[in-house]
Amino acid sequence: MKFSYYPGCTLKTKGKDLDTYARASAEALGVELAELPEWQCCGAVYPMAKDEIATKLSAVRALANARDLDTELVTLCSACHNVIKQVNNDMKTDADIVLRVNNYLKLDTPYNGETNVLHFLEVLRDRVGFDELKKKVVNPLTGRKIAAYYGCLLLRPSKVMAMDDPENPTILEDFIRAIGAEPVIYAMRNECCGGYVTIENPGEAKRRSNAVLDNAASKGADTVVTACPLCLYNLKKNGGHDDLPVVYFTELLAEALGVK
Amino acid sequence: MQRIGVFICHCGTNIAATVDVKAVAEALSHEPGVVFSTDYQYMCSESGQTLMREAIREHKLTGVVVCSCSPRMHEATFRKAAEKEGLNPYMVEIANIREQVSWIHKDMKEATEKAVILGRAAIAKVHLNKPLKAGESPVTKRALVIGGGIAGIQTALDIAEAGFEVDIVEKEPTIGGKMAQIDKTFPTLDCAAYILTPKMVDVAQNEKIKIFSYSEVEAVKGFVGNFKVSIRKKARYVIEDKCTGCGLCTEKCPQKKVPNPFNMNLDTRRAIYIPFAQAVPKVAAIDADYCTMLKTGKCGVCSKICAAGAIDYQQKDEIVEREYGAIVAATGFNPLKPDKYNEYGYSTCPDVVTSLELERLMNAAGPTAGTLLRPSDKTHPHTLVFVQCVGSRCDAENEKGKPYCSKICCMYTAKHAMLIREKYPDTEVYVFYIDVRTPGKNFDEFYRRAVEQYGVHYIKGQVGKVVEENGKLKVQASDLLSGEQLHIDADMVVLATAVEPDKSARGIATMLTASMDTNDFFTEAHAKLRPVESPTAGIFLSGVCQGPKDIPETVSQASAAAAKVIGLLAKDKLTCNPCVANSDEMLCNGCSSCEKVCPYGAITYSDKEFRGPNRTTLIRRVASVNEAVCQGCGACTVACPSGAMDLKGFSNRQIMAEVDAICKM
Repeated sequence: MKFSYYPGCTLKTKGKDLDTYARASAEALGVELAELPEWQCCGAVYPMAKDEIATKLSAVRALANARDLDTELVTLCSACHNVIKQVNNDMKTDADIVLRVNNYLKLDTPYNGETNVLHFLEVLRDRVGFDELKKKVVNPLTGRKIAAYYGCLLLRPSKVMAMDDPENPTILEDFIRAIGAEPVIYAMRNECCGGYVTIENPGEAKRRSNAVLDNAASKGADTVVTACPLCLYNLKKNGGHDDLPVVYFTELLAEALGVK
Repeated sequence: MQRIGVFICHCGTNIAATVDVKAVAEALSHEPGVVFSTDYQYMCSESGQTLMREAIREHKLTGVVVCSCSPRMHEATFRKAAEKEGLNPYMVEIANIREQVSWIHKDMKEATEKAVILGRAAIAKVHLNKPLKAGESPVTKRALVIGGGIAGIQTALDIAEAGFEVDIVEKEPTIGGKMAQIDKTFPTLDCAAYILTPKMVDVAQNEKIKIFSYSEVEAVKGFVGNFKVSIRKKARYVIEDKCTGCGLCTEKCPQKKVPNPFNMNLDTRRAIYIPFAQAVPKVAAIDADYCTMLKTGKCGVCSKICAAGAIDYQQKDEIVEREYGAIVAATGFNPLKPDKYNEYGYSTCPDVVTSLELERLMNAAGPTAGTLLRPSDKTHPHTLVFVQCVGSRCDAENEKGKPYCSKICCMYTAKHAMLIREKYPDTEVYVFYIDVRTPGKNFDEFYRRAVEQYGVHYIKGQVGKVVEENGKLKVQASDLLSGEQLHIDADMVVLATAVEPDKSARGIATMLTASMDTNDFFTEAHAKLRPVESPTAGIFLSGVCQGPKDIPETVSQASAAAAKVIGLLAKDKLTCNPCVANSDEMLCNGCSSCEKVCPYGAITYSDKEFRGPNRTTLIRRVASVNEAVCQGCGACTVACPSGAMDLKGFSNRQIMAEVDAICKM
C-alpha cells in the first residue's frame, strides 16, 4: 500500500510527534507514506471568498503532484486536510476556479480534481481496516479511558469532507477500540477549541478549551486524543487540566503497535 | 367515412399565448373526414359546449376532436355534451395541447406545429373509434378503515351512522392511536382521554362496526365497489371472545421487565398486557418476544390464573377474507426519532426527551402518575428548554430531517409550556423557535396567553448544542433578535420532533395502488378540490396519513372521507369503464400469458369447441375477459404473443394510426 504523503509545516516544527509516530506506525502496518517532493504550505485556512484563488494554488500543486505520481494523497494535520480536501472539491466542481487556477499554474496537464485525498485515519479505517489494525496491536491499551476530540475542521463541512457524521462521529472511537482502550463519549467532542482566536482573545480560547476538557473529565476520561496541532496547542495551553494529558492519536497508535 | 368536427380551445391565454390557435384550426380543417373546424376562447364553458353541440347537430358529426387541456380535466365534460346530441361519448377524443404543448414550449412556431400534429393523431384515431357502451358493476355495501386512531374512529362512526357496515383494522391490540397517549389537547386544554374514550366506546358498541385489532391488511384485490381484502389477525395468544379484560394476568405475570411503548418506553409492563385501562377491545395480548412460556415452555402463570380460560399459547396467525365497496387509509404518523440529532444529546442524556415522551411524563396514567420528574434522577426540574422544529423544515440536502413543517408542534409546545408554568410556578420555561406558526381558530390567542399570562420565554433562534455535565444540561443557543449567544443551565430539554408517516403506510399504499409523495404521505386526487380521495377510485384518505394535521383538522377530514364513502356505498351500481380488454378466440393460443399479468384477476380460461377442417370439431383452451372486473390497464394486450388481446377504445389499430399520423409529417 503506497500513498503520497503531505505532512504540512506544523508537523515539521511544533507538531513533530504527530508526524513521526504516524510514520513509525505506518511502517509497522505495511503502509508506505512517500513524502511529496517540494511540497509547500497548504495555505493554512481555506479561503471562503469565491474570487480568491492565490491562496488555493499551493494546495493544487500538491494535488497535481500526487496525480502525476499516480497515487492517492494522505494528510494528517486536520487543518491541512481541511484545506486540501476543500480545494480539491473546488477543482472538481467549480468551473470558474478550475479555469483560473489552471491559467495561472500552466501545468503540463491541467488539474481537474483527479486526486483522491485521504486522512490518515481514513487509511486506517478504510484501507488497513480497524479489525486488521487490532490484530497488529502488540501492546493493547487495556483499561485506558480515552476521549476523542474531533474539533471543527476534521469533519466539516461534512458533505465535502465525507469522513463521518459531524454530530455523531465514530471514526476516532472505533480507532480507540481497535487499540484496546475504552472510548469516552462526551458532548463537547466535536465543538471548537477556540482555534486561532487564541491570538486575539486568549480569554475566549481558554473558555472554549476549558469547556471541552471539563466535559471530557466529567465523563471519566484519562487521556484526550486529537488529530489537530492547533487543538492540541489550545487544549494544553488554555485547557487548565494538567491532570488530563492531551496527545496525538498517532502517539497512542505507535504505543499500541510497540514502535513508540 | 366519419364526419369529424375539430374544436381548438384558447383556454384564455393558457394555450392561445403560445399556440396560434387559428392556424391549428385552419391546418386541421384539411384533414380527411374533417367537415368542421373552429377555435373558441373556453371550450369547457357553457357557451363552448353549446357551440360544439350545435356543430354536431348542424354538420351531422359522427366524431369530435377537442384540442384543449389534459383529458383528466375535461374529457368527461365534452363526452357528456356530445352524448346530449345523441353522439356516443366514446366518439370524442381529446388532443392535449395545454399540458403537453403550451405549458412546456416557449416558441410559438414550434408549439403550433406540435399542436397540429397532436390534433392529426386524434383525428386519425377517431376514424377508427367505435361506439362503446359502459356496463355496470354492483357495490359491496361495506367499508374498510385501515387504522384505528382518531381519524379512523371518526370515519368509521360516521359511515356506521349512515347505516353501512364498517371494519376497522388496527395493528395494535387497541384502537385509540396517538391521541390516547396525549395528555391535554389545545386550544381548550380538555383531557384527550376524556374526549377520546367515549368515542372508542361508541365504536365498540356500534353494531355496524367490527374491530380487527392486532391485525394487518395482508393483500388487496379488486376495484372500486368490489375490493377483496385479506386481513391477518396476528396471534395474541388470548382468545378474544373469552377474555373479560379483568387484567389479573397483567398483574401476576412474572416477566416484569418489558419496555412499555404506550408510555414511550419510560417504564415497563408485563409480557401479557392490556395497553391502557380504557383499551378497546379490552382484551389482553401476550408479547411473544418476552413471554417465558412461549420462549422456553416453562411458566404458564397467566393460563393458570385466568378464570375465563382465555389463554391459548398455541394460537396462530389467522387470515380473514372480507369484501368491501370502499377503503379508507387512516394510517397516521409517528414522531421522528431524533437519534441523528446528537447535538441535542437525545441518545446520551435521559433528561432530553421528545414532546410525546413529555406527554406521558405529565399524564396521570403515565410512569410518574402525572408529576413531572426528570427521568434520570426523578427530581423536580426547575429550568426547561423546548426546542422547536427538530427534524422539520430541513433543507432538501439535509438527510436527517423532513422538508415540511409538521404544523402541530408550535401549538403543543405552547400547551406544554403553559401547563408546566401553571402547575409548577417555580419553573423557568424557554422555547426556542424559528417561527411561531399558529393559524387556526383560537390558536394565536392560545400562544399569546403562554407568553403574556404564563411568562414563558419565547426566543427566536435555534439551539446549537446540549452538553450534559454533572447532572445539568448546558444549553447553548443563539438569540437572533438580540444577536447574542445564550447559555442556559437546564434540568430538562424537550424536543418538538417532526411528524412522519407511519412506516406501514408505504406497503399499504402499494397494495391499494394509491400514490404517495416523496415524504410517504398519501397523495390526494386533487390538492384543492378532491382532498380526501386518492387518485385510485374507491380509496379515501383520513387524517395525518395525507399530511400533518392537528386533532380538529383530522376529525374534519375523517368526516369528509366518510361522506365520500357514504356517497359511494349509497349507489347500487357503478358504471364501469367500457374501455376493457377482449380476446379474439380465433387468435388465442391459450398460453396464459395474459392471465399471469392481469392485476385484477379478470381473465379466465375455458375449453371451447371450434369447427376444424373436414367437419371435425376441435376443443381449444381460450381466454375470456370478465368485463366487470377488467380495469382496462392494457397489460394483457402487451403480453399476448399472438395479438389476440385488444383493448376497446385503445385498440392496436387505433394506436398505430395515431403513431402513423404523428410520424407522417
